[in-house]
Parts: sequence; C-alpha cells; structure tokens
Amino acid sequence: MFLSAKRLFRSLMVSLWFMCLVFPIMGIKIVKKVAVYSFDSVFYLGIGIFFASLAWAWYFEVYLQGGMEKDGKKSLFAPVGQCWKKITTKIEDTPSAGKYTLLILLVVFSILPFVSSMYQTTIFALAFLYVMLALGLNIVVGIAGQLVLGYAAFYAIGAYTYALLNQYLGFGFWICLPIAGFVTVIAGFVLAFPVLKLRGDYLAIVTLGFGEIVRLLITNFSDFTGGAKGVSNIPRPSFFGMELSPNMNTIYVYYLALFAALITIVVVARLKDSRVGMALQALKDDEIASEAMGIDLRKTKLAAFALGSCWAGFAGVLFAARNSFISPASFTFMDSVMILSMVVLGGMGSITGVALAALILALMPEYLRAFSEYRMLIFGLVMVLMMIFRPQGMIPPSKRKYYPSALFGKKGSGKNDSAQKFSANTIAHGNSLNESTEGEKHA
Amino acid sequence: MHSENKAEMQNPTSARRKQNGAHSGSQNDGVQPVLSVKSLSKNFGGLRALNDVDMHIMPGEIVALIGPNGAGKTTFFNCVTGIYLPTEGEVWAGRQGEPHKQLNNISPHHITSFGLARTFQNIRLFSSMTVLENVMVGRHCRTKSNVLGAIFRNPASRNEEQETVDRAYALLEEVGLQDLWQESASNLPYGAQRRLEIARALATDPFLLFLDEPAAGMNPQETVELKKLVLRLRDKLGISILLIEHDMGMVMSLSDRIYVMEYGSRIAYGKPEDIRNNPQVIRAYLGESDDA
Ligand SMILES: Nc1ncnc2c1ncn2[C@@H]1O[C@H](COP(=O)(O)OP(=O)(O)OP(=O)(O)O)[C@@H](O)[C@H]1O
Ligand SMILES: [Mg+2]
Repeated sequence: MFLSAKRLFRSLMVSLWFMCLVFPIMGIKIVKKVAVYSFDSVFYLGIGIFFASLAWAWYFEVYLQGGMEKDGKKSLFAPVGQCWKKITTKIEDTPSAGKYTLLILLVVFSILPFVSSMYQTTIFALAFLYVMLALGLNIVVGIAGQLVLGYAAFYAIGAYTYALLNQYLGFGFWICLPIAGFVTVIAGFVLAFPVLKLRGDYLAIVTLGFGEIVRLLITNFSDFTGGAKGVSNIPRPSFFGMELSPNMNTIYVYYLALFAALITIVVVARLKDSRVGMALQALKDDEIASEAMGIDLRKTKLAAFALGSCWAGFAGVLFAARNSFISPASFTFMDSVMILSMVVLGGMGSITGVALAALILALMPEYLRAFSEYRMLIFGLVMVLMMIFRPQGMIPPSKRKYYPSALFGKKGSGKNDSAQKFSANTIAHGNSLNESTEGEKHA
Repeated sequence: MHSENKAEMQNPTSARRKQNGAHSGSQNDGVQPVLSVKSLSKNFGGLRALNDVDMHIMPGEIVALIGPNGAGKTTFFNCVTGIYLPTEGEVWAGRQGEPHKQLNNISPHHITSFGLARTFQNIRLFSSMTVLENVMVGRHCRTKSNVLGAIFRNPASRNEEQETVDRAYALLEEVGLQDLWQESASNLPYGAQRRLEIARALATDPFLLFLDEPAAGMNPQETVELKKLVLRLRDKLGISILLIEHDMGMVMSLSDRIYVMEYGSRIAYGKPEDIRNNPQVIRAYLGESDDA
C-alpha cells in the first residue's frame, strides 16, 4: 500500500521536526524591536514537507525494489521506477555517450563567439578555465585518491605569477605561461613533501591549510602583491606580437581557453590510461599493495601533485589575462570546494564526466541569476541528492580496452584480425564469461 | 634454535654452516641460498612478535612456514618484504649466482624490484581495476614509460604497453584466470582473487615468492590446482617459494622443508616427515597433552 499508517506517521514526524527547525528563521520576525510571530508560513511549509517526505519514502521503494510492494504486488508506480532504471542503465552501458556530448559541445563552442554576445563569450571562457581546473584536480583526487582541499591556491599562484612578473619585469603572457606552469609544479612539490605520509582526513586538513596560507600570504604581502586590492592592468595576451581590439581580444582569449581546455582533456585522458596513471590508480586503491608491487609511493604521490597542480597554473595565467585584474578574493576556500564539487559530481576519475560537470557548475550561476539567493541552497541540495542516488558521479570513469595479442593477434598481422576484433568488441560489451557464445551470435 | 632435532642433521646445508657468510658465497657446498635471515626480531611496543628467527631458502626450494595463529608468520613476511622495519637482525637475498644484498632499511618497492614478491593474507587487490589491469600494475617496476611517453604515446611506450598487456594475459593463463580478464577484480570469487594475487606477484619477475595462506578460502579442487601451480612455478620458472599455510595436507606434500614458529620463535625446522613427528610441533598445535 502506498499510504500505510507507518509511512504517514513517519512523514508527519518529519514535517513536525522540520517545522521546529525552521520556526526561528521563518516564524519569528523582528519588526521595530518587537518579535512578530507568523505561524501560518511555517505551517504551510510543514504541509509541503509532509507531502515531500511521503513522495521521498515512496520513491525509495520504487527505486530500491524495482517498483514492487512488499507483499509482491506491483505498485501503482512500478512503470515509473522501471523506466528510470532503464534510462540509467542505458546511460551506463553507453560509455561513448559522454564523449559524443563533448564532441557536439565542441562544435557548438567553436562557433559560439560569432553567434552570441561578448558577455556570453567571456562567461564561457571562464567555464573552460574551470574545465582545466577540475581536470587538474581530477588527477590528484579522482585518479590518485589524494583528497586536496586547497586547490585554488595553485590557481592563485599561477595567476599571480603572471601578474607580478608582468608588473615588475614586464614579462608577456606567452613567456609567463610556461613559467607559471613550472612555478605551480614547484608549489605542488612543496605541498606534497610534508604530506607524503598523510592520508584521507589529515591530508585534507593540511591541504586546506595550504590553500589558506597562500591566500593570506598574498593578502598580507601587500607591498609586493597589492594585498586585498589586487593587481590591475594585467595585459591581455598578444596575437603574434599584435595588440588586438578589446572585442577581438575577448574572442582570442575565448579560443585560447577553449584550446587549453581541449589540450587538458586529451593530456589527462592519456595520462590516466598510461603506466603512470595506472600507478596513480593503484595508489588510490591500496597503498600497501602498490608498494609491494614495486610502485614508489613517494615518487608517485609527488607526480600526482605535480601533474595536478600545473593545470591550475596555466588556468591561473589565462584567468589573469582574461580579467586583467586579480585579487585574493578570487581564490578562496569556496573556489577550492567548487572545483572539488565538479570532480565529485562529474565522477571521480572520469574525464568526460568531470569536464561536463565543470561546464555545468561554472555556467549555472550565470544563467540562474534570478535564483542567485538560493544558489548555495540548490547547490547543496544537488550535492546531497547526487551522493544518495549516484555516488559514483554523473559519468563513472570509462574503462580502457586492451587487446592481448593472444586473443587478437599481433597488430596488423592479417585480415583475420578484423573478424577477431569484432567478436572481441562484442565481448567487451557483453558478459566476458560467455565469450564464445556471444561471439558466435554476432558472427 | 631451541630444538636441535634430527631434522637438522639430515639437512645438507645446516643452519650453523649457513651462519658464517651465507651472503658472501663462501659456502662449502658451493650453492648459495637465495634468502638468508639471521636472528630477525620485531617488537610491537612490549610485544615481541618475532624473536631471533633464522631462515634460509635454497634456490628452487619450496619452504613452508607454519605455526598456530598469532605465531608471527605474517610479521616475518612483512619484515622481510620491507613493510615493517625489523627491530634486530639481518635479511640478505640475491638471485642465484649474483651478489647478495642486505634488505634491511630498504623500502618495499625496492625490495620488489630486487626480485622478492608477495601475496597478502587478507587479499589486497586493486578493487577498482580489472583483472588484467591488476596484473599490469605488477609490471610497473619492470617497465619505464614516463609522463612524456604517456602524453605523446610514442612507439616505444606503446610497444612497452602492449608487451605489458601480453605478459599480464600470459600470467592470467598461467593461473587459469584468462577467461575473466575483463572482469572487475572485486567481482571474482575468493579463490580466484588469491590466484590473481599470485599472478600479480609473478608479474614483478621475482626469484623469490612469498605466499601468505594462498589456499585459505579455497575449495579442495582449487587447492589441488594451486598445488600444481606452485610446483609449476618452481619447475618452470625456477622461483623459490616460501609459503605460510594452515592446510597441513598441502604443506606436507608440497614443501621441501618446513619451519615451525610459535610465539614469535622458531621451534623446529626440517623435512616434512620429521616435522610431522616432532613432539614440540605437536605440542604447539595441540596444546600440552601427553596423549596427543
Ligand atoms: N602492526 C601490528 N601492531 C601490533 N601488533 C601486531 C601487528 N601485527 C601483528 N601484531 C601481533 O603480532 C603477533 C603475530 O601476528 P601475525 O599476524 O604475524 O601472526 P600469524 O602467524 O600470521 O597468524 P595467523 O595465522 O593468524 O595469520 C600477533 O600477536 C599480532 O597481534
Ligand atoms: Mg598471518
């Protein structure tokens, strides 16, 4: 039964509890130093919560039991639950879905500056920087499993490297880009050395501290860094030595950011599927076992931090060039959390997932300005819901395909290959346990 | 140490002779052990988990390490493979005919690349990886491709990777897991996980393999297969094997020599038939009782 007494009672309790909870916030208003009580709004909220909680409980049963009521009868909402299940498994079974989405997006993005306003162009340029940042952090957190909470510090170091080198030494954008990459890699080492032995919560706390230290250093060394006022008049990148008009320059920066994001995607994807990437994943799964398998923990952790932090350096330089003004306010703990959320929402270790999540989370605030008051509320809600229903993230990391010569023959050894490869592909999609039958079916 | 039993007499390379210069190659009989451990001790705070343990393993030997629960067998493994730092004692090892190296104070990954590989009592597979990938990780210390190779995928690193894949697949065939190569490691049944750990350890090209209770959780059929596998490894690849095992049938039929531990000390060692009749060993397993 949908409306069992137990379920009704529970929802009632939930709604009562919620009403108590929000009463001080919504029920009491101070008007001219006198408290005015408004019970009705709290009451309406309680009713809303009551129904929401009923729907919630029902949903769980649909979701978890595939739409079957406890007594074995099919419930009213079974088709809904099954349909939802079908959709989610469908998405899970087509790992290329994310890739196609990215490809279509790429086409759209490459013509975007010509079909939309300058405002849109600047917004999207920033979103691409977030793709870089999220993918960089994805190396450290998603692939290597080292929880870093102060990632914005590397972003800040990159941005300030460009800003200050330009201000004091007159270095241009293109020289500063590799320098900033180098400086952030060094910063990555500086952070990695003391935390080599730390794991989990402790690592998170130390890296959080690192993020704050960098931000406070920048704020308080005001003679050198401009302090809280920041650095302004940072030049935009030159186009083969030419200065561009402001509008052209915006478009130029847009394409630079798009190109940088693309490079990041390709490089991080390749890294993940390599010997180095595999060592990072081993580190995430089991440190003792990876040591026993001959993986140098120190070296691998240092590599993870270095490989992860350099992207933030590049993104920082691009950010400084895009804005032509930077201040410590752009590199707070909230920014670190935002980047981490992109990784978690996208799917730890997944390239397509994290890139998409970065785009969505970076663009959402701009297009939902109307709801800006509720931004954090919505954001929190999305996070909670994701963790409950899809803890593995939007798109779980795709599995690399391997071709053992024993099954597929040596590469390019003959025409027989293609037939074998075909059957092997069907294996890859189907159950590996009944290889032969699968292959025969398709043959 | 405690028991100068007859088993020691029968052993052509007795411990006494081993102690002067096992690593220097000045053996009377000319054959040098691949592993020699001298008075190894390990304290955990007040607990002496290992107490003056001596051991040597000859090339191509299958040696068993047995003892009641908590005797310190796993601790011994951990001290030799570098996971724990021994409190006292020396560990020397080396391939047959090559100079030996002292393994104390060397980090585990160096010990592994030196040629000692192990499995774990509580299985430690890389659970987010596939079966094949688990074995591929074992090749890490024998391959070289770096970050640049990963980014540019130059022929050298691609070839190396294909070799790694082929090698890993061949090892899976060796342990009989080839049909499951695409499966997630965490989805394997218990016995298969143990075999996968062996394949992963073999991927590091060891000359000395440590197996910590490889038959635990296996059914009789699987245990028979495992026995064959261990013998094959020794005969085909010439790997020396030290195994901890509680399955006495397996230990007795498989091993050339047996070491017995109790409360961190070695209480006996020798040939299986001698260990079977050794009163001290019987007492350790069955408790103080005359009619045992
Ligand atoms: N890391 C540790 N810290 C403290 N004590 C430990 C540690 N590891 C092992 N010990 C203790 O050392 C003793 C030997 O443990 P060990 O795991 O070596 O036994 P074992 O012979 O492998 O037993 P089993 O057959 O149950 O695996 C036990 O008393 C154990 O509690
Ligand atoms: Mg043990």
